[in-house]
Amino acid sequence: MLRIGVFVCHCGHNIASAVDVDEVVEFARKLPGVVYAGQNLYSCSQEGLGSIKKSIEDNDLNRVVVAACTPRTHEPLFRRACEQAGINKYLFEFVNIREHCSWIHAKEPEAATGKAKKLVAMGVAKASLLEPQEEGESAVIPRAVVIGAGISGLAAAASLLDQGIETHIIESKNCVGGLLREVAVIGPEDIDSRNLINSLEKRLTSSPKAHLHLNSRVKEVKGFVGNFEVTIAKGDEDITVQAGAIIVATGTREFQPAGEYGFDEYPAVITQLELERRLAKSDFAASRMAIINCAGSRQPGREYCSRVCCNASLKNALRILDKNPDAQVTILHRDIMSCGAAAEELYRRASERGVRFVRYGLEKRPQVHAKENGVVLEAFDETLDETIDLDLDLLILATPLVPPEDSVETGKHLKVPRDKYGFFLEAHVKLRPVEFATDGVFVCGSARWPVSARECIWQGQAAAAKASIPISEGKVRIEAITAEVDPDRCAACGNCVLACPYEAIEIVEHLDTMAAKVNEAQCKGCGTCVAACHNDAIQQKGFSSRQLGAMIDALIRTATEGTQ
Amino acid sequence: MEKKRVVVIGGGIAGIQASLDLADRGYEVHIVEKSPSIGGHMAQLDKTFPTNDCSMCILSPKMISCADHANVVLHTYSELESVEGSFPDFKVTIREKARFIDTDRCTACGDCIAKCPVKVPSEFEEGLSKRKAVYLPFPQAVPRKVTIDKKHCRMLTQEKCGVCKKACQAGAVDFEQEDAIIELRASVIVLATGFDLMDAAAMPQYGYGICKDVVTSLQLERLLSASGPSNGHLRRPSDDKEPRNLGFIQCVGSRDSKARNYCSSVCCMYATKESILAREHAPDVEIAIFYMDMRATGKGFQEFVSRARDIYGVRYVRSRPAKIQPANGDSGVLMSYETRGAAGESKTEEFDLIVLCPALTPSTNNTDLAEKLDVELDGEGFFRTPDIAHPVDTTGKGILVCGFASGPIDIPDSVSQASAVAARAAELISGGER
Ligand SMILES: Cc1cc2nc3c(=O)[nH]c(=O)nc-3n(C[C@H](O)[C@H](O)[C@H](O)COP(=O)(O)OP(=O)(O)OC[C@H]3O[C@@H](n4cnc5c(N)ncnc54)[C@H](O)[C@@H]3O)c2cc1C
Ligand SMILES: Cc1cc2nc3c(=O)[nH]c(=O)nc-3n(C[C@H](O)[C@H](O)[C@H](O)COP(=O)(O)OP(=O)(O)OC[C@H]3O[C@@H](n4cnc5c(N)ncnc54)[C@H](O)[C@@H]3O)c2cc1C
Ligand code: SF4
Repeated sequence: MLRIGVFVCHCGHNIASAVDVDEVVEFARKLPGVVYAGQNLYSCSQEGLGSIKKSIEDNDLNRVVVAACTPRTHEPLFRRACEQAGINKYLFEFVNIREHCSWIHAKEPEAATGKAKKLVAMGVAKASLLEPQEEGESAVIPRAVVIGAGISGLAAAASLLDQGIETHIIESKNCVGGLLREVAVIGPEDIDSRNLINSLEKRLTSSPKAHLHLNSRVKEVKGFVGNFEVTIAKGDEDITVQAGAIIVATGTREFQPAGEYGFDEYPAVITQLELERRLAKSDFAASRMAIINCAGSRQPGREYCSRVCCNASLKNALRILDKNPDAQVTILHRDIMSCGAAAEELYRRASERGVRFVRYGLEKRPQVHAKENGVVLEAFDETLDETIDLDLDLLILATPLVPPEDSVETGKHLKVPRDKYGFFLEAHVKLRPVEFATDGVFVCGSARWPVSARECIWQGQAAAAKASIPISEGKVRIEAITAEVDPDRCAACGNCVLACPYEAIEIVEHLDTMAAKVNEAQCKGCGTCVAACHNDAIQQKGFSSRQLGAMIDALIRTATEGTQ
Repeated sequence: MEKKRVVVIGGGIAGIQASLDLADRGYEVHIVEKSPSIGGHMAQLDKTFPTNDCSMCILSPKMISCADHANVVLHTYSELESVEGSFPDFKVTIREKARFIDTDRCTACGDCIAKCPVKVPSEFEEGLSKRKAVYLPFPQAVPRKVTIDKKHCRMLTQEKCGVCKKACQAGAVDFEQEDAIIELRASVIVLATGFDLMDAAAMPQYGYGICKDVVTSLQLERLLSASGPSNGHLRRPSDDKEPRNLGFIQCVGSRDSKARNYCSSVCCMYATKESILAREHAPDVEIAIFYMDMRATGKGFQEFVSRARDIYGVRYVRSRPAKIQPANGDSGVLMSYETRGAAGESKTEEFDLIVLCPALTPSTNNTDLAEKLDVELDGEGFFRTPDIAHPVDTTGKGILVCGFASGPIDIPDSVSQASAVAARAAELISGGER
């Protein structure tokens, strides 16, 4: 017999300020199958969860509906409470009356309450038809793959190896170190990048569990968390590696500012990476220089701040002065982004050592004019409110970091998303910065967003931590909400195989004919195949046609009752 | 095999994330948090930049996971007493301060709180409302156990009262309770002590403590929070009216050789966030942000600032205000500042409410901890992390750091650093490169 409990949440004032919680509780109490309806100030607090668990026991509930916030953040919590109180966690149904009612209809309490009632009726109708589900378990291959051997990838690999985990590192170039190979000195602390790369490389080469594949690229990635198969193209040869987790550390490149500030026109106009190369040589000679920050960034089309350039400019201004104390260095900037303690100190040092700071705006950008053996820069200084001319031997453009050209391809191989600029998009900007939504695939360093070398290294370690968790545990749980084929109805047309974005479906022999089959470990429960099937032969557990039909019925019933 | 143990000091988002990753990695984690609940500053925030997710909504599942996790032991209202030994065998002594409550019995029903006659400013609400001497810091507190504040409790200070004891049906109040001393051995120690807000009253030119309508940014977070003292209605303290205009002052004590040299790194963004939220709560309020450089270097940050400027009409003014003083009467504030450019002039504007963004300073206990653990602090008082190849290692072997304790840092970076700590602890414990 159905014994449904409904718990309506106030979320402090978040819900209760617009939704009449008492009214929703009263309404829920009368719905078919409901034997208990109650409310909580914060359902997710220890008190709220405790009271849900207690009601489950006291009222012998066998279905639980919580009307609160979003399953994105809170479903695991309430499912766990159900489990702790002894009922299968798939007998829990979540109704969102915060985002969908009180927040969006904050100024219309009646409408918000009415909608909350409808949603609760739908949730209860669905809960009546919920079935217990069992989660599968899958073994994890104790091996990791790191793609990219820049500083982030090296840090991730070194950490995994030091944790005793066998690691394959795939690098498309013929050496490790990435961008930092060309940045001799790492600011703001003036660290020798060669030493840093060597020390990390040593942790790889000294480990028998490390497999470094240079001149290699990823050709194909199959499988799912715990059980990936990565095909590496190494010259003419293909190598296949089985791995439990994958870390993406494919980094960035420096934007080449074609057409900006005379970059292709005058040899005296170079990028900051070229400056780094020249500064690394002993014969660096130039005495009048300017660096333009945000060349190609923080403007329409590429709106972001590339985070590392201001500090690189400050560092290089000081390095120039170290080499030639009489040099005149001007930094043209829009805001100096020297966040934190060490960088602010760098800014202060640069000012004290006589670096000139000129603030420019997008409305009146600096102009570059020809001159023998150099250029003349005409700039409007916003602080002084006047135009200045600078006679320069060298004009340096601090351009942003942009994703490598082939990041589209990398994203496709791994089925992971990229943001509008082409950087990889993590699972949650705040709380899951190094994880992808795809389980078992992680990201670190400038592949995700331009970051300093120090940040690259800790993010590499962070990704290694995340990858090491399933590997050290040896197994992963497999979500039970997956698609399921009724082979008797299946015509083996293959529509679902094409529709599935996760390549989780294949056509296999079934009795004496063919039918589709879902690999549960690979299925993400997105439901795309269900919609694609012409024969109604695929159902998604927890979202069956019957369950959805019951929700629609409940909605119509509530809506018509409401108007009578 | 016995589980290796890690002690995490500080239960803000950094300590919480480090603990959860370490616990998932199979280590037994002990969190030592000095206040009655874990959660740290993130628990006080309304929304978080740049996506404006509700802070408590994303934090509280993590807090509950700490309480629920088989591998996590919470020591709240506790402090590190002493440490002996060295990596990989630290002997750690923890002092669990007396709450004067038998936590096994307390159900946090609130009967004691209702009866307690003593009211003191609430730390969680940044002094904007009162709490009792027996209190739960906030509704989602973990653990959900009340605490009697012995500095203010009448029974404990004057030996009269005791009404809470009579009110408590569970018999949980125990005025005789003493601090408990817990000793344990640990392989690795993690420092996650976060930050404090610089006392804005120390810089009288900004008018804090002089003008009623000058508040701190953290107070504004509480005023904007639906669960805060004004239920999320934007009000100014002097007369409880909705302000018509609001000015943010950046770098109050940050980037200032007379106070803190460094940039606190998160204020430009949270001021932008609070502006957007204030406009959403009070659509007519006019907002200006007075700043030196608008530092928006993280993912989605520039777009966030553009949105505030272009869609929410926030006025960004590049200037460092010189003086803030009371306007006529009890309400409102007069602010004088210099405009930029050759034609720079002195201006005075009147604001209904001024929000200060004070420097975020290292936790005051860092000095004491540094001494007990024999690790170095940097010139500002954050834990020093000299080796770029091991960015979460302090100068003490096996002693790691994450979050604001390592320097100014926002939530996403605190979270990734916390995970890095888990990896580093695993490297060290597995006997990897030291
Ligand atoms: C001019 C300049 C100056 C800088 N100065 C500083 C500084 O002073 N201080 C500081 O902290 N930071 C500085 N930086 C930033 C810093 O150099 C970078 O953020 C950092 O090096 C990025 O490291 P990464 O490992 O994430 O990426 P990368 O260094 O880009 O490494 C990525 C690696 O992955 C490989 N790869 C890419 N795609 C694939 C693929 N599909 N398959 C296999 N391999 C692949 C690449 O070949 C490369 O080796 C500077 C950057 C620039 C441009
Ligand atoms: C007004 C304001 C708004 C903000 N908004 C945002 C935002 O929108 N997005 C964002 O990303 N960031 C924001 N931040 C920054 C954010 O708060 C920090 O990045 C984050 O809280 C750092 O976490 P933490 O765990 O390192 O430190 P904290 O949150 O400070 O936590 C430290 C914990 O350690 C405890 N502790 C301290 N010393 C000891 C000791 N000796 N023993 C035991 N325990 C101790 C403290 O009680 C506390 O619980 C904001 C900051 C402010 C001030
Ligand atoms: S369960 Fe969701 S709606 Fe309820 S209090 Fe918690 S966050 Fe708010």
